[in-house]
Amino acid sequence: MKIAVCVKQVPDTADIKWTENNTIQREGLESIINPFDMYALETALKLKDREQNVNITTLTMGPPQAEEIIRKAISLGIDDGFVVTDKKFAGADTAATGRTLAAAIKEKIKEVDLILCGQFATDGDTAQTGPAISVNLNYPVITYVKEILSVENNIATVKKEVEDGTEILKVKLPAVLCMLKCDYEPRRPLIKGFKNAQKAEIKFYGLNDIGLEVEQVGIKGSPTYVSKAFRPEQKQGGEIFVPDNADDAVNKILEALNG
Amino acid sequence: MAKGILIYAQTDRNGILQNVVLELAKTAQDLSQKLDNCEINAILFTDGTNLEENKNILSKNGFNKVYIANSLKLKQYSTEYYSKITVDLIKNITPEIFLIGATTQGRELAPVVATTLNTGLTADCTKLDINEKGQLASTRPTFGGNLMATILCKNYPQMATVRPKVLKKAENEIIKNTEFIELDFDLSTIEKHVELVEFIENKQLADVRIDEAEIIVAGGKGMKNQQGFELLQELAQVLGGSVGASRGAVDMKLADSSIQVGQTGKTVVPKIYIACGISGAIQHTVGMSGSDKIIAINKDKNAPIFKVADVGIVGDVFEILPKLINKLKG
Ligand SMILES: Cc1cc2nc3c(=O)[nH]c(=O)nc-3n(C[C@H](O)[C@H](O)[C@H](O)COP(=O)(O)OP(=O)(O)OC[C@H]3O[C@@H](n4cnc5c(N)ncnc54)[C@H](O)[C@@H]3O)c2cc1C
Repeated sequence: MKIAVCVKQVPDTADIKWTENNTIQREGLESIINPFDMYALETALKLKDREQNVNITTLTMGPPQAEEIIRKAISLGIDDGFVVTDKKFAGADTAATGRTLAAAIKEKIKEVDLILCGQFATDGDTAQTGPAISVNLNYPVITYVKEILSVENNIATVKKEVEDGTEILKVKLPAVLCMLKCDYEPRRPLIKGFKNAQKAEIKFYGLNDIGLEVEQVGIKGSPTYVSKAFRPEQKQGGEIFVPDNADDAVNKILEALNG
Repeated sequence: MAKGILIYAQTDRNGILQNVVLELAKTAQDLSQKLDNCEINAILFTDGTNLEENKNILSKNGFNKVYIANSLKLKQYSTEYYSKITVDLIKNITPEIFLIGATTQGRELAPVVATTLNTGLTADCTKLDINEKGQLASTRPTFGGNLMATILCKNYPQMATVRPKVLKKAENEIIKNTEFIELDFDLSTIEKHVELVEFIENKQLADVRIDEAEIIVAGGKGMKNQQGFELLQELAQVLGGSVGASRGAVDMKLADSSIQVGQTGKTVVPKIYIACGISGAIQHTVGMSGSDKIIAINKDKNAPIFKVADVGIVGDVFEILPKLINKLKG
């Protein structure tokens, strides 16, 4: 079974500081693999632990520095990976990103059974890239996936979390699955993993390698664009009470509930 | 030329029309006024269950036309069936704007439809407007609400999913002589790859679902054990609210992960959020800082939760909560 996992480099939420112009202060900012993508990687690795002949490739679209997160993924046990990078990809919205990743998968991985993505990216939070990839490849998609229960005879059985409960769904492969936070935690790299990551040859592919035209990618290939970005009024912490006793505290809360 | 606003009239498992549809309907009224009073139409999928009731509600919420896809095969939501029928309708009636609730269903359907039509989609918006050029201006939070972005779309229909409970429903009925149009479609031509095997209803800690609750009583590691969460459950019950949890509490197995609030859990915007024994890590607060009013109880006066709380109480949850519950019951 061939699995592709799409990952994104995002700024570490806990680290984000804002400049006066409402842009993120990039200096000193740690980049991490999007937390939801970590669950997608872990889910793929779990399948590899459990089944024979599973091969996992990870890919990311981003600046050349995104190589770092591909190496990180390899340190966890992913077989190989590549970076889809080109100045012409800049400014891509989810539609253009989905198209670009789909083209890269088609051209560079070719035969694939399962494509895993994170349900959201913590910076953009659009949840649209996975479904966009699926439509471009003409594969079915399931979003909000909590767990892959089994893969047998080219059919995956998955748990999907919805507002009122859990759905068990069967999907014919190849398919795209978008992963939520799972009930298991992503593994940590072992020494061997670090070594593999260091040795690994990471490939870089640009527009010419993936068979798309310049009008289909980046800002040109994006039907949406940002007209304005602003920071909402930040909440100033309200009053803090140090009540004399519990009754005092209760009264304060009742006041707040009614007010 | 593209014209009119189309709304996805989502129903739940029992055929009940979702509130977010009515919120979208009201917003569409405001948008329509800035678009030469263009038509507001809906697409409704049904197997017949509750259909008359839904038609009745839609006609009181200002819809001009409702396109109905009626088939027993449409009882279960299916992205493959629903997106095909929606795409065909959109090609046919060429709406200028297509709005969908940002539910789990809407957030799967919308990008599939948008990608198929090669148009743009703005996710999880909290505000919609028409700009001076007559374009849909969709505003949405990014970076967990730390940055707002207003997004425009070059193609038609301009699409957006809209977060439930943020926009208001109409206060009064907007009665229209709604035209109901049955859609003609052939499902046999659609290859279906995804099948529902089973649905397991959530074991939530309260009667009210967390995504619908006006009041959320949330607990963290400071609630310590199962008994602690039982207190929260009791409080939620008397307040008619729902129970939420921090990741800390979920990791301690005090709560199911389906009620985790935060970056890797749910984003909630209730009227009142009561944080009990939650420290207020950034990954938690990005999921709840949009709540109208935040009350926090924590015994550590330096806990970061107090930075986002409107009312902060420094104290012990095990002393305060039982008394609060008694008082509310009494
Ligand atoms: C990638 C990533 C994603 C994450 N996603 C999420 C997420 O989605 N949601 C989330 O919540 N967290 C998330 N976290 C974890 C987050 O960083 C915090 O670790 C977590 O929120 C802490 O949970 P807590 O507040 O319950 O526990 P703690 O931080 O341990 O806080 C417990 C609090 O309880 C107080 N307390 C203890 N006893 C009492 C008492 N008797 N009365 C009153 N107060 C008491 C303490 O003073 C303390 O402030 C994420 C972390 C990472 C790295």
